[in-house]
Amino acid sequence: MKGPLTFLKYNRDGDLLFSCAKDHNPTVWFADNGERLGTYRGHNGAVWCCDVSRDSMRLITGSADQTAKLWNVQTGQQLYTFNFDSPARAVDFSVGDKLAVITTDPFMELTSAIHVKRIARDSSDQSGESVLVIRGPHGRINRAVWGPLNKTIISAGEDAVIRIWDSESGKLLKESDKESGHKKTITALSKSADGSHFLTGSLDKSAKLWDTRTLTLIKTYVTERPVNAVAMSPLIDHVVLGGGQDASAVTTTDHRAGKFEAKFFDKILQEEIGGVKGHFGPINALAFNPDGKSFSSGGEDGYVRLHHFDPDYFNIKI
Amino acid sequence: MADVMMMTDSIDAKAAQLGIDLSSVDFDSIRLPPGDDFGIKSDDEDIYQEENLEFDSGFGNTIVVDNLPVVPREKFEKLEGVIRKIYSQIGVIKEDGLWMPVDSDTGKSLGYCFIEYNTPQEAELAKEKTHGYKLDRSHIFAVNMFDDFDRFMKVPDEWAPPETKPYTPGENLQQWLIDAKARDQFVIRAGSDTEVLWNDGRQLKPDPVYKRAFWTESYVQWSPLGTYLATVHRQGAAVWGGATTFNRLMRYAHPQVKLIDFSPREKYLVTYSSHEPSNPRDANRVVINVFDVRTGKVMRDFKGSADDFAIGGTGGVTGVSWPVFRWGGGKDDKYFARIGKNIISVYETETFSLIDKKSLKVENVMDFCWSPTDPILALFVPELGGGNQPARVSLVQIPSKEELRQKNLFSVSDCKMYWQSNGDYLAVKVDRYTKTKKSTYTGFELFRIKERDIPIEVLELENKNDKIIAFAWEPKGHRFAVIHGDNPKPDVSFYSMRSGQNTGRVSKLTTLKGKQANALFWSPTGRFIILAGLKGFNGQLEFYNVDELETMATAEHFMATDIEWDPTGRYVATAVTSVHEMENGFNIWSFNGKLLYRILKDHFFQFLWRPRPPSFLTPEKEEEIAKNLKKYSKKYEAEDQDVSLLLSEQDREKRRMLKEEWEKWVNQWRQLHEDEKLERQKLRDGEASDEEEEYEAKEIEVEELLDVSEEVLSFD
Repeated sequence: MKGPLTFLKYNRDGDLLFSCAKDHNPTVWFADNGERLGTYRGHNGAVWCCDVSRDSMRLITGSADQTAKLWNVQTGQQLYTFNFDSPARAVDFSVGDKLAVITTDPFMELTSAIHVKRIARDSSDQSGESVLVIRGPHGRINRAVWGPLNKTIISAGEDAVIRIWDSESGKLLKESDKESGHKKTITALSKSADGSHFLTGSLDKSAKLWDTRTLTLIKTYVTERPVNAVAMSPLIDHVVLGGGQDASAVTTTDHRAGKFEAKFFDKILQEEIGGVKGHFGPINALAFNPDGKSFSSGGEDGYVRLHHFDPDYFNIKI
Repeated sequence: MADVMMMTDSIDAKAAQLGIDLSSVDFDSIRLPPGDDFGIKSDDEDIYQEENLEFDSGFGNTIVVDNLPVVPREKFEKLEGVIRKIYSQIGVIKEDGLWMPVDSDTGKSLGYCFIEYNTPQEAELAKEKTHGYKLDRSHIFAVNMFDDFDRFMKVPDEWAPPETKPYTPGENLQQWLIDAKARDQFVIRAGSDTEVLWNDGRQLKPDPVYKRAFWTESYVQWSPLGTYLATVHRQGAAVWGGATTFNRLMRYAHPQVKLIDFSPREKYLVTYSSHEPSNPRDANRVVINVFDVRTGKVMRDFKGSADDFAIGGTGGVTGVSWPVFRWGGGKDDKYFARIGKNIISVYETETFSLIDKKSLKVENVMDFCWSPTDPILALFVPELGGGNQPARVSLVQIPSKEELRQKNLFSVSDCKMYWQSNGDYLAVKVDRYTKTKKSTYTGFELFRIKERDIPIEVLELENKNDKIIAFAWEPKGHRFAVIHGDNPKPDVSFYSMRSGQNTGRVSKLTTLKGKQANALFWSPTGRFIILAGLKGFNGQLEFYNVDELETMATAEHFMATDIEWDPTGRYVATAVTSVHEMENGFNIWSFNGKLLYRILKDHFFQFLWRPRPPSFLTPEKEEEIAKNLKKYSKKYEAEDQDVSLLLSEQDREKRRMLKEEWEKWVNQWRQLHEDEKLERQKLRDGEASDEEEEYEAKEIEVEELLDVSEEVLSFD
């Protein structure tokens, strides 16, 4: 890749991997061998996030060029462009792929906002109208995802607070506790396969596991560097944290100094199990293959690394 | 509450009177002059008291100059000019800070004036410098602090017998030593918090004792025997200690104190401050106080310019190297000494004056150090007169000032002296020029202090050109370790002052080649040593047993900056302090290099083990214990086992609980997931959802006919 990676996403079948980077072209790869399949050309700014529909037909991307775009996964054709007044950050398809949530950054006078758009089955019927706009929370929203049955939207970002909104009325339903919650910017949020719980990563050097419905803090994983990316294995009770010191603070002395390993933790015991080395810069993105047998990491160094687990990995006992 | 109401009322009234709109005032932008509270008392009694220390009445920076000429009005200006000239040399006089009162009857001046400076330090300096200043024969200045007037005026006319306070038994300051589990304490400073903890090596975790935010304004320090914890504040230093919690035991007023130092038996505390001169031509003013730790009384103070306290006889050294005063004389804190230009001043603590009322004159002396146990000074004088007069190292007995031993050395570039902790040996590292004078090589002169006539032995490394990176004596022992060679992988050698048969000869034990080490840390009980690679070596650690000459373990604490053994030699702490941005915190290891636990703390500044006083056991008793160690250790080993059993039991229990708890969540989620299945299907337009159920493993057998051929086989 030509720029630092920002986001990684597998499709449901786990055969395709979509990557977003600060260069302007989201890319799709074969998840198995890392062969490049194609790029989606049309954005004019860093691409922050993407999501792929359940049937692997549609891709949605959010970019710093103040747009979010819908793509045909197969042809790479642009289907629709949602225009905003500030950079789009997070995108997420709802269950059923009929809705999408898109967040926009605070920009000039504008505060950050969460937009809900209806996604038409036929792209010629697509309109840019928002079903719902939620404005308000301070600072940037780094991730927003759908809650169970599309009834809620979960957002997290710079102000270190996780919020659950009603997706119908836009009312704030719950906020994470100041005491037990994160102390610094939340950089990443990843849902479990069934959507029942989710994991957040923060610059406060920890990751936390929450119940999606009640926003109860279940687990905390403490590490020694800021967390930029998190992922949960769908197969085993493991979580992976990626991060490293800020790119601007990386010294030239020793790559180990930055702690750019992806760290594995036992999901239940909250203990560190091991690390996977490889990147020469902070890890910005992590994703598990839905089959749980491989995962990929994307770094500030511009590389996407595909990791396939040894058979031994599945026999780890503690 | 009523008070506050009244205050607001009066503020409103005052504001109205002055025509100020209170709502337009940004209160945050108002900075009160330091030390002036405008009569508003702080709620915090503690702060209020401490403020009091420095500013008795707010006139601390005003002096009164008496014995001025009495002059008529027309000469006022001239006299004021003269006074201003004298006093503005010393410091900056405040605007309207000079005031000469006038006798209203005669119209003449009264012969005195007030001068207000910007700081109390300047005022004090002015008093010191101009008291007794001769303006002319009949006018000799008498200068006093304004505050002193106040104080002396307040003295009651009649003497009242001082109240005898009833005796209250003090706390047992040694309480921490009788911990049932024989653990050691340490103090850490991270962020704004200072915390004292027990090191529980058995439980693999620290156990908190006492924590306090903003305990100190710069750093903390244990006294050498561990009785007190000293903190440093703007107003002075303070010591803390006690049986259960850390109470303040004593305060030592010394404005703007920067550095502190205890005498080895913690009888005295030396405090140091340096004050920026208001006149850029002057050097910094240095104030040093010596306090009695228990009474808090100033035993002696030293004042002067920074130049007077700069160490190194040859001059040209800027700044003051700490500690200025070095304590000697062994057990009783009897002597302390400092180096000056061509002199070493040795003071004794009975009278706090120079021994024999004069300093020790040593031409060009560069460096000195005390024996840790005896009143013996070792001092180094460099070469003089271009090599005509050799450099020398001498041992001087105090208080007789008699020279015990002297060694002349030739073509020396530098010397460093290392005492063994019992004062048995002195090693002098000598850097000599080679014949071409272009490079240097290093050798050692080893003094045997306790033997008759103090024999000296010369030790040179096998490879003379090796650079010496580190040197360390085994505490209480006869061995030493040297790191030598050129980076990146130097060698480490161990020597003993005794050879097998001959106790009077130094011998090499072993050399370890190519180690990633640049610092040596002996266990306080000897025998074990850590070869550490700090800084450039990223925190490599090698735990080495010198008795067996074998490596016990190698480990790494990435980026470690500090290493400290606990006072018993059972545990080692390695720390990454805030000089690095990442991974601040500390690790605790066992003496043989097993990582026991690690704690991460952002903005980690200090880790200090609480020292222990020397053991009260006689050497015979200690030997007896060492001999019968098995007998004594039985009890502790049993305890260890109990704890480790308990720990693993607890650990299992904890894991079981966590697993159970998790199961509960998972079951709940599964239930909810199941409940919502239909709705989810609806959202997906009836598409049978929920991946897992869809997958059905079917075994399909496919038979394919590839080829059929017929062959005729003949039977013969």
